[in-house]
Amino acid sequence: MHFTKKLGIGAVAAAMSLSLAGTAQAVDLQFFFPVAVGGKAADTIEALTSEYAAANPDVKIDAVYAGSYQNTVTKALTAARGGQPPQLSVILSVDMFTLIEEEAIVAFDDLIKTDEDKAWLKAFYPAFMENSQTGGKTYGIPFQRSTPVMYWNKEAFKKAGLDPNTPPATWKELVEFGKKLTVKDASGNVTQWGVRIPSSGFPYWLFQGLTTQNDVILANSDGNKTNFADPKVIEALQYLVDLSTKHEVMAPGIIEWGATPKAFFEGESAIMWTSTGNLTNVRTNAPFDFGVAMLPANKRRGAPTGGGNFYIFKDSTDAQKAASLDFIKWITAPKQAAKWSIATGYVAPRADAWETAEMKAYVADFPPALVARNQLEYAVAELSTYQNQRITSIFNDGLEAAITGKSSPEEAMNDAQQKADKILKDYR
Amino acid sequence: MGPTAKRTWIHAWLFLSPAMILLIAFTHYPAAVTLFHSFFSTPRGKRSAKFVGLENYETLIADDTFWTVLVNNLWYALATIPLSIGIAIAMALWVDSKLKGRSFVRMAYFTPTVLPLIAVANIWMFFYTPGFGLIDQIRGAFGFAQQNWLGDPESALNAVIVVAIWKEAGFFMIFYLAALQTIPTSLREAAAIEGAGRWYFFRRVTFPLLMPTTLFVSVNAIINSFRLVDHIFIMTEGGPDNASSLLLFYIYETAFRFWDTAYASTLTVVLLLILFTVAIGQFLLLDKRVHYR
Repeated sequence: MHFTKKLGIGAVAAAMSLSLAGTAQAVDLQFFFPVAVGGKAADTIEALTSEYAAANPDVKIDAVYAGSYQNTVTKALTAARGGQPPQLSVILSVDMFTLIEEEAIVAFDDLIKTDEDKAWLKAFYPAFMENSQTGGKTYGIPFQRSTPVMYWNKEAFKKAGLDPNTPPATWKELVEFGKKLTVKDASGNVTQWGVRIPSSGFPYWLFQGLTTQNDVILANSDGNKTNFADPKVIEALQYLVDLSTKHEVMAPGIIEWGATPKAFFEGESAIMWTSTGNLTNVRTNAPFDFGVAMLPANKRRGAPTGGGNFYIFKDSTDAQKAASLDFIKWITAPKQAAKWSIATGYVAPRADAWETAEMKAYVADFPPALVARNQLEYAVAELSTYQNQRITSIFNDGLEAAITGKSSPEEAMNDAQQKADKILKDYR
Repeated sequence: MGPTAKRTWIHAWLFLSPAMILLIAFTHYPAAVTLFHSFFSTPRGKRSAKFVGLENYETLIADDTFWTVLVNNLWYALATIPLSIGIAIAMALWVDSKLKGRSFVRMAYFTPTVLPLIAVANIWMFFYTPGFGLIDQIRGAFGFAQQNWLGDPESALNAVIVVAIWKEAGFFMIFYLAALQTIPTSLREAAAIEGAGRWYFFRRVTFPLLMPTTLFVSVNAIINSFRLVDHIFIMTEGGPDNASSLLLFYIYETAFRFWDTAYASTLTVVLLLILFTVAIGQFLLLDKRVHYR
């Protein structure tokens, strides 16, 4: 066949497919999502997406599993810089300032028009919205949100002569109980640790539980000033270090985040702090009776929030933005939010989701699911600033230096504050 | 210029161009652009990049983390290169000799090379897990206390070095094995008649004949000591407090986590300079001692 003839046929075919697409008015959406916990999170997202697609034949959603949170933000920003961002994505709530600075996302206020939409926006828990708004605008919609909670092994409590139904409620009790729960063998080697507060990768998150309990906030809401060198922060870090060195109720050195649930199941530690997103994982896999409690209090109760928000990207058509908003409204609606929460353990981000029949039945059957929601009352925004990844990285380095004994908590925090100031001064 | 000479020139360029285009597009151009970007600030949103001269290089000199990762990388290279080459030669000599189940042993030694480093890192994570990990279970049986290999700044770098050596040695062994088989057996027979011992024979005959392979392998080993960082993402993320971070890992962090592309370019220029110097030195110095035939 002659080349030009081939070309001609190709052109006709292309024109036909274009006109077909034109008549259907289909909107294509690409949706990046991360998975950060074990269990069925990815399956549930895909099931929900296809359910939406079935009900809305004019919208085609391509749900792309993009790896960890870190991978997802990297992929989304790289794609945005290349001019082809996804239309929507779930990304860590703390990456909001980065996404704003890169001018990658739009504010939801610019997309919503009706009073109904405004009411929808107001119904999310305020603790989750703290990380989703800045400068009076909303940039993220809470979805895959969590908060750290304390899990305890009831059998180990019984063996140690403790009441299996009373978890430690204060810092002092955590040490006291921890001492009873730390078991050594004949040669003096520890076979069971009392407490496990993992510190690998992102130690700042669980540490923020301790700082909040010590009544100090790590960064301002404009995201341009940190408070790392505050004496209360140093005091909280000293407490964390003391758990390993002075009280010897926690393993020394950096404790791996990913292996934490496994260590709990294996009886390596009797109490662990980890995300509520692990709740379903623990429920399925713990070979013993366990309890779930709020983190212990010191000057007050407290915990950070965590997890991912929905963001809508700037570089798409108005039709795509409208369709993205519609999808987000649907997937955060009570019924879907309840389904998601039950499948994973993430905290359903709206009060009305907890009023659905499914959720009520789930909570009646499994009361620990309520702990994270109840803790929201005491929760604060997760540490988030401009140049967030770099600032948290500096903070993490400081925490790791103190935990491994390379520097004292005071030195480490003063150093971290100095480095953070140097970067954030451009944003004030 | 006559028509024939002209045609020869055209042919020469045509033959050169595929390789040259690839080399320029994917090696020389990016290197030049990286150097160029290292003299500018990072563009962020509305603020576009502006010329800052040597400011990025001043930042680099004052950056503690940079010096930490550079020293780490030096140790990483000093440990992985000689050890993986030494083990590779030992393994090659062993599987080159006549032993039972030789092909099985060869395959076993080569397996680490075939496995993706990310998968390997996940397996080693389990080995290293304190308390219930494989190493601690074995140590526990002998009454040792648990050891937090990856969570202690003293041992984290060594722990990732071990994985790199384990991964590389099998690969290098293949090259040595091939080289050993080209050494004529008559040399061994002659040496045996002269009464040379096995160690003497290795030192004076085998090892010198392996020099071209050693040059090739050591170039690869050096490149790998700057390039093999995949397992760090899984095992330590450079922690604790950058104790196991390497130069390339730090470049990745700076570019794709902190989005500071200008500073990442500056770091990349340093990496390029190091590799360039090493390559030049290696060819100039070692070339004299290598017998090609």
